Amino acid sequence: MSENDTGTTQQKLKVGMYWAASCGGCDISLLEIGPHILELIEIADIAFWPCAADFKYQDVANYPDEYIDVCFYNGAIRTSEQEQIARLLRQKSKSLIAYGECAVDGGIPALANLKDVPGIFDAAYHTNPSIDNPEGTEPLPISECEQGELEIPEFYDQVLRLQDVVPVDYVIPGCPPQAERVWEAIVAVTGGAVPLKNTNVRVAVFDKSVCDECPREKRHEKITGFKRPHEVRPEPDWCLLEQGLICMGPATRSGCGALCIKGGLPCRGCYGPSGEVEDQGTAMVSAIASILDATDEETAREMIAQIVDPAGTFYRFSMASSHMKARK
Amino acid sequence: MSEEVITQDVQTVPENWEPKIVGFLCYWCSYSGADGAGTARMKYAPNVDIIKVMCSGRIDPELITTAFANGADGVMVAGCHIGDCHYMTGNHKTMARMPLLKRILDELGIEADRFRHEWISAAEGAKFAATVSDLTEKVRALGPLNWPELMHERGVGHGHDLKPWGEE
Repeated sequence: MSENDTGTTQQKLKVGMYWAASCGGCDISLLEIGPHILELIEIADIAFWPCAADFKYQDVANYPDEYIDVCFYNGAIRTSEQEQIARLLRQKSKSLIAYGECAVDGGIPALANLKDVPGIFDAAYHTNPSIDNPEGTEPLPISECEQGELEIPEFYDQVLRLQDVVPVDYVIPGCPPQAERVWEAIVAVTGGAVPLKNTNVRVAVFDKSVCDECPREKRHEKITGFKRPHEVRPEPDWCLLEQGLICMGPATRSGCGALCIKGGLPCRGCYGPSGEVEDQGTAMVSAIASILDATDEETAREMIAQIVDPAGTFYRFSMASSHMKARK
Repeated sequence: MSEEVITQDVQTVPENWEPKIVGFLCYWCSYSGADGAGTARMKYAPNVDIIKVMCSGRIDPELITTAFANGADGVMVAGCHIGDCHYMTGNHKTMARMPLLKRILDELGIEADRFRHEWISAAEGAKFAATVSDLTEKVRALGPLNWPELMHERGVGHGHDLKPWGEE
């Protein structure tokens, strides 16, 4: 019966959730579905969820292949451990779902792709102002201790998406995915509305950009300069981009309900590139350049110079799925 | 001098390597300029593959990153001078997009000499020829970019080919 893909079987579905290179917010966001969690528990048993229940990797390795019906994988691939678990979960799951922006597009961890590994280690263990490391200790791949030799996972050159490592059935973007959308996805996948097996199909999102959901008014005004969110109290009801704030709305997929924008903050781009966009950052370059109030090169150049860290801003959540994917 | 730069590159440069350069030219000015260079039999490097677009304002920066990501060693963008656009303000968008894209390419570690943005009118065949030759030589000095190979080495699309946990 467990082989029935409709999910409407007497036998409960087995679900799993794993946490790789991410902040942990995705695990929380799954609980954000509120009372629906009781409905989920009614139809499904947890087969693996290190954040919420005591499971060891060995338990999963002991399962027969495709034992887990639906497995949510949140977080990007930064280390060899995360890759090995991704491969294990792929083998043990019927449906593997990239859950959250890190697994889908690299997310915040993939911003590290703008630096090289020595640079990352230097910042993380030596130069950041909050670091207290007088002996200059750095983690070693293999270290000796009383109990013997300790080996830690390999730190990769570059952050990868889940789909760079294993085939993925569905992807649920967002940082974190919004609760209503998550529940829609769970109903669709566990209820048999969509087959368990598929190829990289985006669920729980819309195709259009965040601007489509945005309640603010577009006045078709050109901008004369850029401001950062802490420098200005934006006028309510008016497009933030036209007020000189860098709002990622035009290049970002909708599904969140324009939450940040309704709260007065510009879109950070957390749902990744929208339906018609391949590369979120360059789409944003296009959008920004179209609204500058400049008729000569010098003015345009001066205004462009006001943008702080364009690559980090425009690719904040989608570096690993952009065209270039990382720095040279 | 260019020899030294090449040997410093981590990649080994194949013996008969020639820079691959993609050139996006606007139909009304720069493509006509390139045409002019040809009719006047000017000599310039044959390394640029020209893609004709109706207006430089139509050149989405996405196309430029697509070119680099798919193996171009250099990219050239050329359009009408400001004020000459056939569509009045099409190139005003190019004028703002290209410097912003350059800043992003810089953060990505792509050398500034691999990307060139010029205004070339229909009468400036000589400028087109000179730009192409100069860009080709600068890219030649930098060596191949080999982006697809670089990303493949770092695991894009296949990871690091490890076995599932517990099987090593």
